[in-house]
Amino acid sequence: MASTYEPIATTTLGSATAAITFSSIPSTYTDLKIIIVATASVSGSALQFIFNNDSASNYSVTLINGNGVNASSNKYSNQSTGYGLVASSSTGLSTSVPSFLSIDIFSYAGSTFKTALVAGNADKNGSGNVEYDVNLWRSTSAINRIDLSAQSANLSAGTTATLYGIKAA
Amino acid sequence: MPILGILASSKLGSLSSFESIATATGTGSSGTITFSSISSTYKHLQIRALARSTEAATGFTNLLVQVNGDTATNYSIHNLIGDGSGVSTVGYASQSLMELGAVVRNNETANIMGVSIIDIVDYASTTKNKTFRSFSGWDANGSGRNLLLSSAWYSTSAINSLTIKISGATNYFTTNSTFALYGIKG
Repeated sequence: MASTYEPIATTTLGSATAAITFSSIPSTYTDLKIIIVATASVSGSALQFIFNNDSASNYSVTLINGNGVNASSNKYSNQSTGYGLVASSSTGLSTSVPSFLSIDIFSYAGSTFKTALVAGNADKNGSGNVEYDVNLWRSTSAINRIDLSAQSANLSAGTTATLYGIKAA
Repeated sequence: MPILGILASSKLGSLSSFESIATATGTGSSGTITFSSISSTYKHLQIRALARSTEAATGFTNLLVQVNGDTATNYSIHNLIGDGSGVSTVGYASQSLMELGAVVRNNETANIMGVSIIDIVDYASTTKNKTFRSFSGWDANGSGRNLLLSSAWYSTSAINSLTIKISGATNYFTTNSTFALYGIKG
């Protein structure tokens, strides 16, 4: 039986950079998955992503998180990006300890709005965050480009992201 | 050519241990999807679901799962749910089914779907009960749910059939609902 989980591209930053871009994404898969290991130039930055260069307020997110003290849930409407590790400024990306995020994008080439599940983990030896996000991009366009960035910061050297395609039978 | 400051690679090898087993699509006239004759040749299973119901209501309903046609009270459920305002958790013992995802009802904004990733570990074991885990949710730009779900099926039988359904005799999966079953080799 044919393999259906394939790496499309990997980027590892050699120097601090504003964004990691995956472009010309083929529409031949069913779902996409991105694995990200990231640090940022500003502590507490959220991990952001946009699809197809769309930075209009077409994104929203419902999240649940635990920061070692409390569990909470928040929602943000009409955002200009999708988010991971957005719960609070103290629980986002670290400048030194890599955070681990996975982004699952369902039916990215389909005709419905696009929903992405994000699992984010950031631990900083005394502070940190485990966060699960349900992101919506209100567009029926097929996703052919994804830009990953840190909110108001650069992604640091050593940040790595791999884009996978998952193909159903 | 790699972008300056970036080490880039592409056309990497495939992950041959993750295979597509079967895919089913909603018909608009049935609330049940069944994956049957599941081979025991994998170590784990994963279901990736995109689901919406024909039910004329807002919000969501649960994606329900039963194993090997077992409708007895051999299941248990625990969940952790965020609604954008608060967090809740609940557990149920001795259930006749599992709640493993979100299905968006049809009065929500068009094109919004519930999504779920359901992992079923060691499904072919004949000595262990079976544990299920799901990350699921939906967002409708101001409303939504974030679901972290766990269930168990108390049987040492290998899983060879999975039935996915929604509650309500006249509630059906829409034609843009899709359910993909994958096998992961050990």
